[in-house]
Amino acid sequence: MLDKQMDNLIEKTPKKTNQISVFSKRKRTFAITFFGIFALFAVSAIVANYNILSGFESIPKAFAWMAGNFIPDKKALSRLPNILAKLFETALLAVAVTASAAICAFFFSLLGTKTTKAPPLVSRAARIAASFFRNVPNVVWAILLLFSFGQNILTGFFALFFATFGMLVRMFIETIDEVSSSCVEALHATGANSIQIILQGIVPSSLPEIVSWVLYMIEYNIRDSTLIGILTATGIGYLFDLYYKRMDYGSASLVVICIVILVITIELLSNKIRKVIM
Amino acid sequence: MPILEFQNVSKVYGNTTKALTNVSFSVNEGEFVSIIGPSGSGKSTILRCINRLVDTTQGSIIFDGHDINNANKKEIRQVRKKTGMIFQHYNLVDRLSVIENVLHGRLGYKSTLSGAIGRYTEQEKEQAFQILAKLGLTEQAYKRCDELSGGQKQRVGIARSLMQEPRLILCDEPIASLDPSSSKIIMDYLSTINKNMKITCICNLHQVDVAMRYAKRIIGITSGQIVYDGPPEELTKSKIYDIYQSNEGGLITDVR
Repeated sequence: MLDKQMDNLIEKTPKKTNQISVFSKRKRTFAITFFGIFALFAVSAIVANYNILSGFESIPKAFAWMAGNFIPDKKALSRLPNILAKLFETALLAVAVTASAAICAFFFSLLGTKTTKAPPLVSRAARIAASFFRNVPNVVWAILLLFSFGQNILTGFFALFFATFGMLVRMFIETIDEVSSSCVEALHATGANSIQIILQGIVPSSLPEIVSWVLYMIEYNIRDSTLIGILTATGIGYLFDLYYKRMDYGSASLVVICIVILVITIELLSNKIRKVIM
Repeated sequence: MPILEFQNVSKVYGNTTKALTNVSFSVNEGEFVSIIGPSGSGKSTILRCINRLVDTTQGSIIFDGHDINNANKKEIRQVRKKTGMIFQHYNLVDRLSVIENVLHGRLGYKSTLSGAIGRYTEQEKEQAFQILAKLGLTEQAYKRCDELSGGQKQRVGIARSLMQEPRLILCDEPIASLDPSSSKIIMDYLSTINKNMKITCICNLHQVDVAMRYAKRIIGITSGQIVYDGPPEELTKSKIYDIYQSNEGGLITDVR
């Protein structure tokens, strides 16, 4: 009896030749991908006139130059209070941007998620709008907004706001779909209405992850606001640009060091917060 | 008097996937019905048609004298208030406490605002604690739901549906993710609720033996059609094979 069953099972498994062809096919795909990437690199290197050897050779030279010029000197240290004040301003801007973008993004993501069963057209529109804001880089937003606001802190604010908003809507939609769909179904079954479901089901189940994304975007925005600041002539980015163009490399490097320390501190802090709320 | 009546109900997902075809049956008040059938045969769809989590394509469903197919939003809410539902994966708000999850059963009765901010009356809270005590969860009342075991979570699910003061409880494979001992506890509770509180119970099950032991009536469905409807005593082996479209020796229950 058992033998017969085993025979049946064996007959049902695919033929050996089939298996072999699957493996050889996978190898072929791998080889094609590998050579494809190599060919792409070779062609683009030739077109761009890029010599890989001289590229690597110049790395040590570059580091030597940086070590020679980018050591903060006494003059740089005397500028520290000014740098710290600007850094503080930039960090606050990043926090303000992220917080306000998060609030708007949450309402938008409620329209975009499948769990709230918003009308399909509204939901699609919300997703497309968010995707548009996300896919225009914040630097491009800054350049575009420079025309309407000029070199102003508002320009930086909105440039970061749009990009952050677009990113957060997507993160929030994914989070809500992932963590709350099951409890939303149960709350629907109890006869709860949409507002009750949002506040009693979606918010409590997705809040920790939402906070986690917001913290991530704060880190991200502190880094990016430096870059935006160079364009809009505000905050710490402006200071870096100023020192750099004056060839005051010592002060410029002190700015970089301060930014790195701040970003690392914020990262450590937000990791701690994440651990507590998760 | 039937509390629930299916009249030639059909459901098609998309344009092609037929989930139910001409399903007709009626359930009397106080019955314990178990629906069995292979995965994807339409068991869950039947339950979800009753509280309109799923809309039917054809036919009519009459719950407590009202045709719920043409119900508007407000009427659907009335139907859902009176039907509790228990899920395979419990579907609790894991980050809230047990007592908060149980009180969610009252949301259908409350105004939008007080439900949304979670303000419950003393009476409701007392009732929630009484139900928790009945289900042996008093000690867990203030714990977060993700700290509980599967069996405890399912009991919270039962408590939530009891909070609704339902006339009908729908169970969608309540013991499919539980160990044998927790499964027995859950099925015993459902059976007690059915007998003592006179709440009608419709229970989807994968375990034929469990269905035969607890249910007074079994409905077997295969690819969206009812192929058996009767008491467990008359459910012969060959009829079980028919339901699961299988032969002698093809079911796990045949392994001895």
